[in-house]
Amino acid sequence: MAATIGRFIIEYFRWIKGIALLFYNILYWIFVGPFKGKAAHRQSIFQQMVFVGLHSVVIVFFVDIFTGIVMAMQTAYQLQRMGAVLYVASLVAVSLCRELSPVLTALVVAGRAGSAIAAELGTMKVTEQIEALETMAINPIRFLAVPRFLALAIMLPCLTVLGNISGIIGGFIVGTGSLHINPDLYMQTTFKYLELKDIYTGLIKAIVFGILIAIICCYEGLYTKGGAEGVGRATTRSVVASFIAVILADCVITGIFFFSKS
Amino acid sequence: MSAIDQKNEPIISLRNVTKIFGDKTIINNVSLDIFRGETFVIMGCSGSGKSTLLRLITGALRPDNGNVLIRGKDIARISVDELEEVKRSFGMLFQYSALLDSLTVEENIALPLREHTKLADDIIKIIIKLKLSLVGLRGYESHYPSQISGGMKKRVGLARAIALDPDIVFYDEPTSGLDPVVGGAIDKLIKDLSTKLTITSVVITHDMQSVFGIADRIAMVHKGEIVEIGTRDEIKNSSNATIQQFIHGSPVGPIDFFKEDIGIAEALGL
Ligand SMILES: Nc1ncnc2c1ncn2[C@@H]1O[C@H](COP(=O)(O)OP(=O)(O)OP(=O)(O)O)[C@@H](O)[C@H]1O
Ligand SMILES: [Mg+2]
Repeated sequence: MAATIGRFIIEYFRWIKGIALLFYNILYWIFVGPFKGKAAHRQSIFQQMVFVGLHSVVIVFFVDIFTGIVMAMQTAYQLQRMGAVLYVASLVAVSLCRELSPVLTALVVAGRAGSAIAAELGTMKVTEQIEALETMAINPIRFLAVPRFLALAIMLPCLTVLGNISGIIGGFIVGTGSLHINPDLYMQTTFKYLELKDIYTGLIKAIVFGILIAIICCYEGLYTKGGAEGVGRATTRSVVASFIAVILADCVITGIFFFSKS
Repeated sequence: MSAIDQKNEPIISLRNVTKIFGDKTIINNVSLDIFRGETFVIMGCSGSGKSTLLRLITGALRPDNGNVLIRGKDIARISVDELEEVKRSFGMLFQYSALLDSLTVEENIALPLREHTKLADDIIKIIIKLKLSLVGLRGYESHYPSQISGGMKKRVGLARAIALDPDIVFYDEPTSGLDPVVGGAIDKLIKDLSTKLTITSVVITHDMQSVFGIADRIAMVHKGEIVEIGTRDEIKNSSNATIQQFIHGSPVGPIDFFKEDIGIAEALGL
């Protein structure tokens, strides 16, 4: 029993170490690589941005618009008793921008793009494509991980902005349609209490989530072992680990913002 | 033959190389020299460690013991940049081709050229056409690896391996999975590359016809050890029973086909 726990802890620290090393290498290739004449290819960064970003637009839009609708209905239920239904607008906007939209978008992207990254790189690993790159003196981290890392770190904030807007639209639909708030008044209340800080703290979270998802999924893919079954395992692990990392990071970042305010 | 006169400095040399996976010794104390311009064939049974040996030479694996020297330099001791430099002078054909699935045939061959040279795109296009016609695959430029057959992938892998005009080319079973005609053409290509361009070739194969067609020297590997190294004639006339059994493909001899002496009925618990 103790041995099992011990092995688990050792495995866990090895994983953390691997993740940290990959992060270091990615940063090296982003910031030092270009000076050695070995920048990542702009074309593959662009391809990955399209894959991560464009293809997630519809799903992010729907997830956040429905979240906005649900949020509006739930808060209205509470606020109606206090006769403060109007404040549904600001509550929806603030909680979406600060919290729900960055987290939900990250989870959607981890499930969609993150798992695809792990599966693709894992397949490349088990079919010796990664080894082939290394033998051709092409660094797989520069060639494969860096474009995916940059794409996620750039596209996740963009998708989060889209999520913010869709969520507010969702709230607007409930607020004007079923709670009979005047549309102009709804929008005014939304922006009256929504500060710039609410938006950029959400975006900082999104960047951190994007970085975490990229490193975890690239790591699981690049270090896959054991054939097709191993690829399946790596894919599942990458999604589970990304989800946990996103939620944990959200807690930590929210804590930092919360306590640094006072 | 050119290879024999140039026997001064080995371009590749292995000194007591051992590789262990888990608790199994896959390569056991192997030493060998490969000289500039020669075609060196490594033959041996499936699972005898041939691909592993090649991985040790190309630096994809590190030996647990012993040294791998390329042009006299230990590849475990040189800097990352120097190792990159060494790798750039290699071309490698993988046993299962290892083409990048996400790239077309053309992009696969262009990859080393784009990464390691500053050639203009139209020149790269010309080189690709040239290499593809060498392996008889003109017209397949825009196919993806999933759209071509296994044998064709192998030939694209070969075109990619020689794209940068390397000094040393490693071939892991270049003719397995090819029909005899194409196999013969590939053998001829390997031979031509090494004689006309003085490329050093290291070929893994168990195709006897190609072994004796292309080899300057042959090493027989069995269970991770070198049985014998010699010229074509030396190997052909070797008195070693393992080699004779391998050459003639006979089921009886020192190489046991069945790992254990357990009968199938026993193994099934009957
Ligand atoms: N990464 C690895 N981990 C553990 N064992 C390995 C690994 N790579 C190879 N082996 C083992 O080493 C042995 C030799 O493998 P290798 O691929 O070198 O054989 P081979 O001679 O190329 O065979 P074939 O002709 O079938 O390709 C096999 O028993 C294999 O199980
Ligand atoms: Mg092999």
